[in-house]
Amino acid sequence: MKLRAPKSLRHFALAGCVSLMSIAGTAKAADSTAPIVIPIHNWSSQVVMAYVIGGMFEKMGNNVEYVPADSQAVYESIRNGDVTLSHEVWQSTFGKSFYNAMAKGGVIDAGTHSATTLEEMGVPTWVIEKNLCPGLPNWEALKDCHEVFTTADSGGKGRWLEGPQSWHGDLMPERLEALGLAENWTVKFAGGADALWTELASAKKEGRGTIVFNWTPNFTDADGFTFIEFPPYEDGCRKADGGDGACGSPKGWLKKAANYKFPKTHPAAYTAFTKLDFSTTQIGQMAALVDVDKMDHKDAAAKWLADNESVWMPWTK
Amino acid sequence: MIELLRERKYLQFLLLIVVFLLMCMFIPATDGSWLWRLPPLFKQLPIAINNGVDYLMFDWWLVDVYDPDIEEYEKKPVMRQITRSISGFVLFLIELVREIMLGGVKTIVTFTGWDWATENQWARLPGLPWTVVAGGAMILGYRLSGIGLALFTGFAFGYIAVFGQWEPSMQTLSFVLIAAPIAILLGLMLGVWAFRSKTVETVMNPLLNIAQIVPHFSYLIPVMVFFGIGDHAGAIATIIFATPPMVRLTILGLKKVSPEVTEAGKMSGCTEWQLLRTVLIPTARRDILLGVNQVIMQCLAMVVIASLIGAKGLGNDLLIALNRLRIGLALEIGVCIVLIAIVLDRLSLAWANKQTDYFADQSFKERYKYSIWFSIVVAVGIAVAWVGSLFFKEGFNYLNIIPHNKGITTEPFWQAGVDWLWDTFFYTLKGFNEWFIVDVLIPVKNAYLGMPVIATFTLAMGIGYIVGGIRSALIVGMYLLFIALTEWWDRALITAYLMSMAVLISGFIGIVLGTLCAQHPTSTRILLTWCDTFQTFPSFIYLIPVMMLFGVTDTSVLIAIVVYATIPAARYTVVGLRSVPESLHDAGSMAGVNRVQRFLSIELPLSFPHIALGINQTVVFALSMVIIGALIGTDDLGQLILGSLSDRQGVGNGLVLGFCVAFIGLAIDQILRTWANQRKAALGLE
Repeated sequence: MKLRAPKSLRHFALAGCVSLMSIAGTAKAADSTAPIVIPIHNWSSQVVMAYVIGGMFEKMGNNVEYVPADSQAVYESIRNGDVTLSHEVWQSTFGKSFYNAMAKGGVIDAGTHSATTLEEMGVPTWVIEKNLCPGLPNWEALKDCHEVFTTADSGGKGRWLEGPQSWHGDLMPERLEALGLAENWTVKFAGGADALWTELASAKKEGRGTIVFNWTPNFTDADGFTFIEFPPYEDGCRKADGGDGACGSPKGWLKKAANYKFPKTHPAAYTAFTKLDFSTTQIGQMAALVDVDKMDHKDAAAKWLADNESVWMPWTK
Repeated sequence: MIELLRERKYLQFLLLIVVFLLMCMFIPATDGSWLWRLPPLFKQLPIAINNGVDYLMFDWWLVDVYDPDIEEYEKKPVMRQITRSISGFVLFLIELVREIMLGGVKTIVTFTGWDWATENQWARLPGLPWTVVAGGAMILGYRLSGIGLALFTGFAFGYIAVFGQWEPSMQTLSFVLIAAPIAILLGLMLGVWAFRSKTVETVMNPLLNIAQIVPHFSYLIPVMVFFGIGDHAGAIATIIFATPPMVRLTILGLKKVSPEVTEAGKMSGCTEWQLLRTVLIPTARRDILLGVNQVIMQCLAMVVIASLIGAKGLGNDLLIALNRLRIGLALEIGVCIVLIAIVLDRLSLAWANKQTDYFADQSFKERYKYSIWFSIVVAVGIAVAWVGSLFFKEGFNYLNIIPHNKGITTEPFWQAGVDWLWDTFFYTLKGFNEWFIVDVLIPVKNAYLGMPVIATFTLAMGIGYIVGGIRSALIVGMYLLFIALTEWWDRALITAYLMSMAVLISGFIGIVLGTLCAQHPTSTRILLTWCDTFQTFPSFIYLIPVMMLFGVTDTSVLIAIVVYATIPAARYTVVGLRSVPESLHDAGSMAGVNRVQRFLSIELPLSFPHIALGINQTVVFALSMVIIGALIGTDDLGQLILGSLSDRQGVGNGLVLGFCVAFIGLAIDQILRTWANQRKAALGLE
């Protein structure tokens, strides 16, 4: 612990002037020393990945800062430059916010991970094992077993617990309609991810059937979760795109977003960020360190970086 | 007949209800009929607000600013430069406090720039070991109040450290230590200003009303656009949320100062400033202190919400824990928030209550004994931490800071508690839940949605007219008209349905509980402590067990709202009943009434205005919870406010939706307040 503050105080004024001058004359090639701001959302893989990317930038000699942010609202902040980047842009959940911000200007697309994502209605695997609704995961099975999925407020219909309406609007009600299931099925919009996980936990305890919106890669993969197989997705099959709506979700992309100044201010870090590419397995590994091994997010990131140097080192070159 | 109707209010109500029911029955639910639903004329309003904000923030009055990072001149709007410099200043203060406690480099960077700090890695604030902070807080507690407060403070900080929540707690504390004083000062200044100028008060009153009822979510996006994301944005949102009660209570307190006191001050030759500082504010201290208490409570109640726009610390950790359903961990974090709230509250009360001893003739040692003690604590703490760094080799030093996942944890215990709750109550509650939803909630909800707009207006304005005359009727009508002209009238009806059910239940529980507890000073004190605890305890935590037991249904939403909205009902009932003078009790007893009669015909009527205000606050609390309800899953205004976070028209939508919620509250406030004031006048209380 160096207690040299009083002496260094005298340097401040001087150093302030010097730094002002030196800023004006920095060479363009080197990354700025201003910190790269990485957002922290509220699910494990994202948080660990934030620290992994931050750790990578720090190895490259950059300053990094982490800021907690709402996962929907963050795109407005990236646009304004208050946050530098986002490394997990999920197609169907954040695609809208991402493109909205892009249309307003200020956000750039920094490439796509090789991990594919799927966001779809599904059931916990034990629902299939217990054979509560014979024929699942094929969607046609739903025609005959809505009673298993009724709740007090569903008016005798089977219930799909969908994410908040802000995630995909009326996609699911339209799909029910298009598949001819609307007579016996209804959609309830949950308020957030917490509500979905709570529903999974309580359905499991009670041993009752439940159909929940979920995605992969996710921590629920570990407990077993099966997505319902709807008629395959084709371009333009959704109501919003002019189709009839009788199709499932596409395999989605997982993109990276950045503020438009990032390539100019931190060229080296930006290049590494565009090269950065995680697979589904790697994302699963990061999440498992926290969710299964109960590690702290920062420790998990440090461990992942140490174990996988061969993966991330080439990106920094 | 007309005469009779004019005299008897209940007949007027009866007539109103008959008219209302007839309207409901005979007006058909046809789209396009103005009697059924008004056309959404204000549909463009959110877009207009949005464009306005965009213009202000991005296009208005552009100036060339050199951006050294990209070596180019950029056109930047002046407004943005102004708001960002405010942000920078607030952030600097927060970081300064934070780095004193935790260490870091930002404060130094502020003066030297990142380039210099990167080259000179040694130049960072070291941060105090937790033992020093805890010890310092204990000395402060002892100095301000005595051994009791010192021990409690020590316990609180000990708990935080031992459970491994030190770092996030200090991050939260540093943000509260800046937000709360700013809110208190701002509130005091605005309060004094409003006290001195009638015009200011008239202008400020509706603004305060709105600021108090608009759900905090709806100004998160505007705050984020204006001030950016980070601790400063969290602090600014918190200040907006926490200042109104301070202003209110300052005005209230100053108004209560008797003219004799003011005269005495003037006769002693006080200047305006002296009068204010040494006469008015000290005399109004009781109410102002209540304001300080409320500011601190509100600040900590905002910790979780503030983390959505970048405040670091406990709030963010809590959200992450809940996302994995780790209720035990979330609970420990919640307890930390409550402990910080109570410690700050008690310390600030003790500080404000401390009288200066003008005549003490103290020696050097006497005068500076606390500073000396603190210096000793610092020295010993640092020494111990240094010894610790030799002793603990694994990379973390328990005597400096106990890291996040290395503290002790009671998580398995709480998890077992939740399981036990489930095993014991689930099946009993399931039956109740189904009955409640099918036979109560769904019919009520349908009834609300089945009201033609003209019937709603008739009912609300009619009540306004009967209670407060034509003025109240018009005010209520204006509020409703705004909502009816947006495209969200149906959503607002659902919000009104949830709110009114919650207020019914909370009001009942609160009044009964308040009445029972008011019978004895000890039970009164216990109840008030509970109120403080639940007001700051983050409601997010009990959402999960509630959802486990009752599913993603309106029952869960109602329970979440009721837990929170019962607080003011209970608090005001207790305060109202306790403020009935003893002499009236005695007078009653001498007149030969028994306990029950005395309660029904003396205490209850006399405390009625208080209770009415309590219900008024219950409405406000219930409305502020619609957002939390939306996190469970509703289809009301709250859900849309939540959705506005990701919307392109987010700023406009969020604000207009927030106004809709606020106007429901203000309409009810108008009626209840007018009524309470009339009762007060009738009872000779004012």
